[in-house]
Amino acid sequence: MIKLIALCAGVSGALAAGLPAPLAAEPRAITVQSTTSTQNSGLFDGILPQFTQETGIPVRVVAVGTGQAIRNAANGDGDVLLVHAKPDEEAFVEAGFGLERRDVMYNDFVLVGPGDDSAGVRAAVDAPAALQAIAQAGAPFASRGDDSGTHKAERALWAAAGEEPGRAAQAWYRETGQGMGATLNIAAGMEAYALTDRATWIAFGNKGPLEIVFEGDPALFNQYGVILVNPERHPFVHAEEGQAFIDWLTGPRGQAAIAAFRANGEQVFFPNAG
Amino acid sequence: MNAAVRHEALTPGGEAFRARLRVRGLRKSAGGVLRISIDELGLAPGGVTMVLGANGAGKSLLLRLLHGLVLPDEGTIAAPPGVQSMVFQRPVLLRRSVFANLDFALKIAGIGRAERHRSVRELLSRHGFGDRAGQPARSLSGGEQQRLAMIRALSVSPAILFLDEPSASLDPAATSSIEALIRSAARQGTKVVMVTHDPGQARRLGDEVLLLHRGRIAEQGPAAEFFAGPVSGAGRAYLDGSLYLDP
Amino acid sequence: MQDFSQSFLSALWLILSGDGDLWAIVILSLQVSLGAVVIAAAIGMPLGAWLAVSRPPGRRAIITVLNALMGLPPVVVGLALYLLLSRAGPLGPLELLYTPTAMIAAQAVLVTPIIAALSRSALEGLWDEYAEQLTSLGQSRLGAIPTLIRDGRAALITAALAGFGRAIAEVGAVLIVGGNINHATRVMTTTIALETSKGNLDLALALGSVLILIALLVNVAVSIVGRDGASPSGPSASGTGPQMAGAR
Ligand SMILES: Nc1ncnc2c1ncn2[C@@H]1O[C@H](COP(=O)(O)OP(=O)(O)OP(=O)(O)O)[C@@H](O)[C@H]1O
Ligand SMILES: [Mg+2]
Repeated sequence: MIKLIALCAGVSGALAAGLPAPLAAEPRAITVQSTTSTQNSGLFDGILPQFTQETGIPVRVVAVGTGQAIRNAANGDGDVLLVHAKPDEEAFVEAGFGLERRDVMYNDFVLVGPGDDSAGVRAAVDAPAALQAIAQAGAPFASRGDDSGTHKAERALWAAAGEEPGRAAQAWYRETGQGMGATLNIAAGMEAYALTDRATWIAFGNKGPLEIVFEGDPALFNQYGVILVNPERHPFVHAEEGQAFIDWLTGPRGQAAIAAFRANGEQVFFPNAG
Repeated sequence: MNAAVRHEALTPGGEAFRARLRVRGLRKSAGGVLRISIDELGLAPGGVTMVLGANGAGKSLLLRLLHGLVLPDEGTIAAPPGVQSMVFQRPVLLRRSVFANLDFALKIAGIGRAERHRSVRELLSRHGFGDRAGQPARSLSGGEQQRLAMIRALSVSPAILFLDEPSASLDPAATSSIEALIRSAARQGTKVVMVTHDPGQARRLGDEVLLLHRGRIAEQGPAAEFFAGPVSGAGRAYLDGSLYLDP
Repeated sequence: MQDFSQSFLSALWLILSGDGDLWAIVILSLQVSLGAVVIAAAIGMPLGAWLAVSRPPGRRAIITVLNALMGLPPVVVGLALYLLLSRAGPLGPLELLYTPTAMIAAQAVLVTPIIAALSRSALEGLWDEYAEQLTSLGQSRLGAIPTLIRDGRAALITAALAGFGRAIAEVGAVLIVGGNINHATRVMTTTIALETSKGNLDLALALGSVLILIALLVNVAVSIVGRDGASPSGPSASGTGPQMAGAR
């Protein structure tokens, strides 16, 4: 197997020769392990060209669920981690996989659901009450179920609501095991409720019968943080370039770029590095 | 005349005995039935040996055994040194051009490219295929394919040539051109072992006759003697067309 | 449906008008999948030919396994390769993860069993036909492998195209080992998956149609080349000379 792959690598080296490859003298490209919400909203396409233009450092984004992004980064398969699950990020740093964690920006989660709102979520006073209404009505709810930042936030909200959906066989609670956009596609197809970050929602093109049915509770706050993967742990990490990216993102120019980014004409990320 | 030729051609230094194709204790079963059983056999050292016998007698199987394509269950086959080639009852031409079919045989025989190409061109034009060198061999007619297979088998100048009904589906003119090829090969010292169902052909070409019946040798001897008066019952039955395999 | 035909036309227009990003994606798709097929053919065809001509112990079992491997789940291949190529994995120092090379390797692993199994079954028939004649001419079993590959090339081209079809349509493996990185490892299928997840279903479907179109074009191109290549080599009737006959 290994031999085969080494052979493949050798042969395909020639085929890949025409592809962009970093030159030793130039700044090396960095790989950012991030989440589907940042990618699907178009944020990276919006701000990365500016960074690359200013510094000459190309940025490659791998967009997966927060859980997988953290695991990939722990394996050293990335130089920078940009996700939204603060406790997990702190644990990542604690375990020595990353250096310092910094806040970058925030947005919020919203509950979306069918416009007729059969579960009466619109009348809820807070987020836990909204979820309780869904559970009591047994209205279909599409969960990411993929250990992503949004999934973790959703689980925390269910816990606050005193519910444990998914434990027993509850037909109304559907775990998609997929990214935010894919989950919204499924929710639109089943006329289900779902928790989504606002950025993905605004940029999402297949809303169908779905509308925002609940928003604004401080419990729905969604903080993004950035961490440099520990170069002592993984000597391959492009620490210098990665740090430059973090400094830019949390510095005035990056923060301004985030604030200026619009999805469907709306601001969806709010810089709060501090 | 034939006898004289073969003794000059195939017995240099009086080695006639050693140059014979010899078989001892040969047994071969297929499909659970003993198909070939020959205790002792030596073929005349030159010229053309005709293998005759009813359908299913084991002629093709014997040729395969002698040529080494099929391994015997028991027994030994000793062949004089030198290249052997064979033309099958259903000739197999490669899915290539006429030219490439001959070129391939010579290449395996270890002949260098330039010389190979020269002799292939020469062979093709000598045998009237010169203008069809580039044509796919499989697009030739059945008879032409058989002739090409024959030319290919001869192209390597074999010491022994096995032919399994080489003119079975040919018109009279093509048959006589195949027979001419066989004669000239024998004249040049190639030992020919050939199966045919055509008694006339056997009479015309054969120096020696081997009659096979149910996998055993029913009769062996000079062709002239066989056709003048077969000694075995099977031989007599064969010649008046009443030799069947099934009881 | 009107949305779709509009999206399809605009996706087609993006390609025809030379939209750089989309072109880069299309070209990378072709590079990766064709590269994988070349490697898989280099391994799979001789392997299939060897299984067709020889009778090693356990041959039946090998063929059964090979046939089963035709259905390898791309995600599993991607995951296995990820674990190997990850910086924490045994081949981490090669720094191949999230590169087109890794994607080529993943697809080559997927496609090799397909090409090997299809080659084996095609060449076995040819070997049945050729075996006695080649042996009679003095060719060994192993020596017959190049002969079979050459004369069976029409069937082998079909095997390679089946492999290409699998590779170009595959998303699970390249997504994991390639990472779907914009301007680096994004190919048609991962773009389609991404656009789907953005809810841009029309665009995703349009890109899918373009993908089918491209696969069709590759098949047409190969069948044209294959038809020329399958015509007999050797001097033509017009007498271009026998030099061509030996040209490999
Ligand atoms: N591999 C095999 N398996 C089973 N039976 C076989 C095999 N090879 C030969 N036989 C049988 O052995 C017998 C002799 O076959 P062979 O081909 O030698 O006949 P033949 O004398 O050449 O007949 P024909 O004149 O029709 O060509 C036939 O009955 C045939 O069915
Ligand atoms: Mg026969």
